[in-house]
Amino acid sequence: MNFPKITTITETKNEAKNTKTIKFNFPGKIDPGQFFMIWIPNVDEIPMSVSFIDEKIKGVTFRKIGDATNALFNLKKGDKIGIRGPYGKGFKLNGKNILFVGGGTGISTITPAIEEAIKNKFSSNVILGVKTKNELFFEERIKKLGTNLFICTDDGSKGYKGFATKLAEEFINKNYYNSVITCGPEIMMKKLFDIFKRNDFQASLERYMKCGFGLCGQCCVGEGLRVCKEGPVFNRAKLKKIKDFGIYKRDASGRKIKL
Amino acid sequence: MDEDAGSMTRIFKAGAGAVVTKSIGLKPREGYPNPTIIELECGILNAMGLPNPGIDNFKDEIAELKKSKIPVIGSIFGSKSDEFSKLAKNMEEYGADAIELNMSCPHAKGYGLEIGSDPKLVKEITSTVKKTVKIPVFVKISPNLINISEIAKAAEKGKADSIVAINTIKAMKIDLELKTPVLANKVGGYSGDAIKPIGVRCVYEIADNVNIPIIGVGGIHTGKDAIEYFMAGATAVQIGSALYYRGAKVFKKICNEIENWMKYHNVKNISEIIGAAHK
Repeated sequence: MNFPKITTITETKNEAKNTKTIKFNFPGKIDPGQFFMIWIPNVDEIPMSVSFIDEKIKGVTFRKIGDATNALFNLKKGDKIGIRGPYGKGFKLNGKNILFVGGGTGISTITPAIEEAIKNKFSSNVILGVKTKNELFFEERIKKLGTNLFICTDDGSKGYKGFATKLAEEFINKNYYNSVITCGPEIMMKKLFDIFKRNDFQASLERYMKCGFGLCGQCCVGEGLRVCKEGPVFNRAKLKKIKDFGIYKRDASGRKIKL
Repeated sequence: MDEDAGSMTRIFKAGAGAVVTKSIGLKPREGYPNPTIIELECGILNAMGLPNPGIDNFKDEIAELKKSKIPVIGSIFGSKSDEFSKLAKNMEEYGADAIELNMSCPHAKGYGLEIGSDPKLVKEITSTVKKTVKIPVFVKISPNLINISEIAKAAEKGKADSIVAINTIKAMKIDLELKTPVLANKVGGYSGDAIKPIGVRCVYEIADNVNIPIIGVGGIHTGKDAIEYFMAGATAVQIGSALYYRGAKVFKKICNEIENWMKYHNVKNISEIIGAAHK
């Protein structure tokens, strides 16, 4: 039933500047890349990808950017929120050599997928890109998995100085990857899409959402592809058909906004 | 799935005969914060708050639809007759094949039902729009009225080409844990399974009172549901919530179910059953 179930926040944790994780009771299965609709009572309800997957506890990690995320940021352990989902199609780990690229808060979406790749003994390289080092999170968590982790910052305050796409391009030219899995700013993902030509390219898109269950059409891209239902993770074949990919999104009124 | 040209194209390709756009106003409007849509036991409750990009921005969406020759019914909402007529004129210019006047949205202040419950206003707005455009004009009316037949008659007097009935039914859901209404707007409109008998009754009553065609809508999921509306007096039907329950293929499925029913009951032409329940 697509109705918010009230649950209690079991833990909150500051991850980086203006970035926080909240965990809550939510027994059941969810795939990396799938998302919840999170209801902050009396404020708003917003989609968020899962960033922590345990049997009984799930978590989301987000940055303060608007009313809803600000309100969620201020909630504490014991506070109540409503949860619907999980929704959408997550990542499919097909290849044995995977390059993961996370940009900004997109890091939170790909991290559970990296964990699953390691569990399946797939070899993976991970590139995380942020503007500056105090926006970086999950570094230790990903390192502990034993994967090859590379950090990029726009300002050079940590790791490679420059965009994640630049480093990714070097990696793709040098190494063989079956798949690229990415979440981050859409312009970054579009660039990766242009660089990595193999079929198994998967990107997680973000659009303004209302219902989350495929009825209202608010989040549609291309020819009626619903980000909440056919996405949020799209493969190359689908992305090819989405003319708006990397170009524009829509605001709450449905107006096109340049990315 | 009436947000943009892409989603409406998909619905058309899935078997719909025409698409009704979301309701468009003069200016961009964000609508209410979420939650705006939730599922309840027997239907869907929503209070979107008439979000729309504004008529100017909608031009491209209609143009895109018309490239594929998709029949488009442009839904519009306003607070006065001159607003409606400007919107209708634009819709016609953009290429819409018909206009639907939303006089029944149950949860937007100053619009929808607040206008559509006054027979004088309904007649005035309808006739003003009719004088402005050449394409057919439909009036979508609300079940949240005690005088639904009177409103339908007012639309007919205003020279409406068709009545669309019904819009959603005013409703509310309270969360027991939080002791608060779930929708951000508190009150919303209920659609889906639960409202079908109400829609059928409204169409039946309207059919007894007007001589223009009726488009039935409300809780239609199957071919049999559509046939029930036909028997009540509808000559066409609209589908919304069933998209969720049966997926985008719902249009083809319903058409097949209608054909099968007709074959089984030896009905050659759908007109044989329209209004059949009025004896």
